[in-house]
Amino acid sequence: MNEWEIVIGLEVHVQLNTKSKIFSPTATTYGAPANTQASAVDLALPGVLPVINREAVVKAICFGMAVGGTIEPHSIFARKNYFYPDLPKGYQISQFELPIVSGGSIRFEVGDTHHDIRLVRAHLEEDAGKSVHDAFGRLSGIDLNRAGTPLLEVVTEPDMRSPAEAVAYLRTLHTLVRYLDICDGNLQEGSFRCDANVSIRPHGQTTLGTRTELKNINSFRFVEQALDYEIDRQIAVVENGGAIAQETRLYDADQGNTRPMRSKEEAHDYRYFPDPDLPPLLIGDDLLEEARAALPELPDNRQARFVSEYGLTVAESRQLTRDRDLADFFESAVVAAAGDASGVANWMGGEMAAALNREQCSLEDVPITPAMLGELVVLINNGTISGRMAKTVFDALWQGNGSAQEIVDLRGLTQISDADSLEKIVQAVLKQCPSQAAQYQAGETKVLGFLVGQVMKMTEGKANPQKVNEIFKRHLDG
Amino acid sequence: MPHRQSLSTLGQMLRRREIGSEELVHHFADRINKQQDLNAFITVDTDYALQQARAADQLLAGGNPPPLAGLPIAHKDIFCTQGMLTTCGSKMLGNFLSPYDATVVRRLKDAGAVTLGKTNMDEFAMGSSNETSHFGPVHNPWNRDRVPGGSSGGSAAAVAARLVSAATGTDTGGSIRQPASFCGLTGLKPTYGRVSRYGMVAYASSLDQGGPITQTAEDAALLLQTMAGFDARDSTSLDAPVPDYAASLKQNIEGLRIGLVSEFFDPSLDPEINAHVREALGELEKLGAKLIDVSLPNSAAGIPCYYVIAPAEASSNLSRFDGVRYGHRSESYADLQALYENTRAEGFGAEVKRRILVGTYALSAGYYEAYYLKAQQIRRRIADDFSQALTECDVLVGPTTPTTAFLLGEKTTDPVSMYLDDIFTITVNLAGLPALSLPVGFDPSGLPIGMQVIGNYLDEGTLLAIGHHFQEVTDWHLHAPGEVA
Repeated sequence: MNEWEIVIGLEVHVQLNTKSKIFSPTATTYGAPANTQASAVDLALPGVLPVINREAVVKAICFGMAVGGTIEPHSIFARKNYFYPDLPKGYQISQFELPIVSGGSIRFEVGDTHHDIRLVRAHLEEDAGKSVHDAFGRLSGIDLNRAGTPLLEVVTEPDMRSPAEAVAYLRTLHTLVRYLDICDGNLQEGSFRCDANVSIRPHGQTTLGTRTELKNINSFRFVEQALDYEIDRQIAVVENGGAIAQETRLYDADQGNTRPMRSKEEAHDYRYFPDPDLPPLLIGDDLLEEARAALPELPDNRQARFVSEYGLTVAESRQLTRDRDLADFFESAVVAAAGDASGVANWMGGEMAAALNREQCSLEDVPITPAMLGELVVLINNGTISGRMAKTVFDALWQGNGSAQEIVDLRGLTQISDADSLEKIVQAVLKQCPSQAAQYQAGETKVLGFLVGQVMKMTEGKANPQKVNEIFKRHLDG
Repeated sequence: MPHRQSLSTLGQMLRRREIGSEELVHHFADRINKQQDLNAFITVDTDYALQQARAADQLLAGGNPPPLAGLPIAHKDIFCTQGMLTTCGSKMLGNFLSPYDATVVRRLKDAGAVTLGKTNMDEFAMGSSNETSHFGPVHNPWNRDRVPGGSSGGSAAAVAARLVSAATGTDTGGSIRQPASFCGLTGLKPTYGRVSRYGMVAYASSLDQGGPITQTAEDAALLLQTMAGFDARDSTSLDAPVPDYAASLKQNIEGLRIGLVSEFFDPSLDPEINAHVREALGELEKLGAKLIDVSLPNSAAGIPCYYVIAPAEASSNLSRFDGVRYGHRSESYADLQALYENTRAEGFGAEVKRRILVGTYALSAGYYEAYYLKAQQIRRRIADDFSQALTECDVLVGPTTPTTAFLLGEKTTDPVSMYLDDIFTITVNLAGLPALSLPVGFDPSGLPIGMQVIGNYLDEGTLLAIGHHFQEVTDWHLHAPGEVA
């Protein structure tokens, strides 16, 4: 295995989250009843014409700026001709020779290694509709709701050398497009779809091996599985004296394998030519300024700022900035927590990350708000509740049982910190446990934990453990 | 008789309440009915027209009626019309009812025009004789053995026979001007982008342009006023102000420099056509225009260039006719491939198939550079020729067609000879310029001869002025075929 170098390039279809389609004013809401979001233009009725959606152009420019690519002042829409029932015009409008974005790169770390994956281009195109093959007996259904949804196809150079690197690239790109608010990033709904080109070659060889293209990979896990399978397959073919055929292969997630879809000979001749219905796309200063204004702080910059501004560790900062919603949540919660960034980071990296992971949900699905978490941290810091109680309060916040203060009040969770009350309880415990008190005084100081535990038991955990400690020590050390 | 009046005159009569729109619709519907042998119409909907006419009569009775209130017109069947079939002359769309109106149709409707029906045409506008129509050929009212020209042959025949006062057409390589010439009418192909293409079934998107076919330049100005203008639904439409074309008609043509295109007056040009065009030029000289000689050296490349670009675009534009969503669908198919093949084999006629094949070939890998790209380069040169010539003069002139109307069936077996009939008109589309065809006389067998005037971008006004001044001093445009009297 080690004698082979793996070469991977990726093409990702990023579905742009515009309000309307790329060439028509039809809405793009996901999951609408079939064909209710298909206008005359989307249906390709005779005589209709495309008009480019400005919002899609601005989002493509934002992407180009974020990856440091060239925003081409002049790009061309072309027709990609082929027949398919869910392709109403008999051609897809895409960009071929002159894309809107050229070059740029995506940077990320795997372990301690820094990677810089070069992008070839990013171009605008329209999505096709959907064919439904299993709902109508021997007939197929066509749903054109998705036809004309804007896509940004992001194409890399063959710069990745392992499936893990490919996945890291995808995660970084996924984070970026959501940061930029140009894509909802929903993999289940197909908002972020990946095709992979993969080949192998002996280490040291500079020319590329024959590649296969893997289609239909729609989760990060599947990308790794599909690539692993395909690489093993290619190595086995070559090591058995065979040659790799240039072909498109389909990844089958159920079988965990890839199988041939069409060979190079069967490849379509798409007869690309400039779409005469659309003049060249000219990007002027107005569009550039609009995109620049829409450009948020990018993940790399935000991560560095979290370290310098909030004193977080690099690891914490990376964790919190991997998602724009998470980072926004953090910054709002810090304000609500009167500036205790480390307290908020601890909760977000600990209990909250665990809960989100356990329930496989995202921030927008849970009732807890930055204000609630911030208040929780404040209540801990001002001694109202103990760390142990705080976990109970957090669970209640997670369940949507109100604000931290409400939960504390409702359940009577306020910590007992006043010296007189605690003094009485400590004295009672000392009376009940004279032998443990003697043990302590004989030097077995670790027995203090047992004594404090007795107090907590009697107070149902509400006693301020630090204060209880102090009182015991005053009595016993004296 | 109202049918002997021009559209503009009828408009004045309607405004003066000397006649009603309803009466006009009855009159023209009666004429259409009596001359069905011309086969000029694919669809006539008198009830619908009467309904519109009554509404228009009410507007005319009230104050301030819209500019075309009550005027019956016909649309080439390439324009989508809500509630009336839009066949594009093809079996493929034989049953197609558009759920929307083309921008041109909507604008004319909003201006009060009454849609009398839809006119016959070459299938998908591919043809120069109206013989490729699925609904049969149209006959030339001047001589029923002859073609009316194409592809807007139905519109031209209908206006020539005065079955309607004016009609819309479309022009991709001469499809307004050539039939106007063959039928003794005024036909205007506006600047590419002047008139919205939204709702015009696409043949060759970079060349298609809608325009009026009328009896006079004045009528053309009247219709263009409503048809022209920016449309946000058409990305190729020009966002330029629309001048007052009625005022343009009166524009002074004294001192205007008219360029005689030497390539259009080749020694092989039919002597009758040559003589009548030169006679017309003499009239324009009398009106104060100056004649100069100019050259368009790349003209000969126009036909081959066009027959790469137009079929290439058509091959893609017509892909949507697949039997999946609307239009004809074959009844015999076992799988998807057969559905496509049989639907398209049955739905398209021979000329359409020929152009789809030619276009597909021209765009194929390995041929694209040699054909499509080369044709685009030639197109650029042709346009540059025009730009150069138009620095030396204000308009260019020549005959509209190399022949007068030919016999039905004469050229159907030889597509190239048919293609050559567009030799003078086709380069204008490649350059995107406006051009007007005017009737300038008759050949010895009584067939109309047309002269083409080509203007600069968006300078339809000057073309209309030339046409109007010419028609004030000549009466060729007033001649009508025998049945009209």
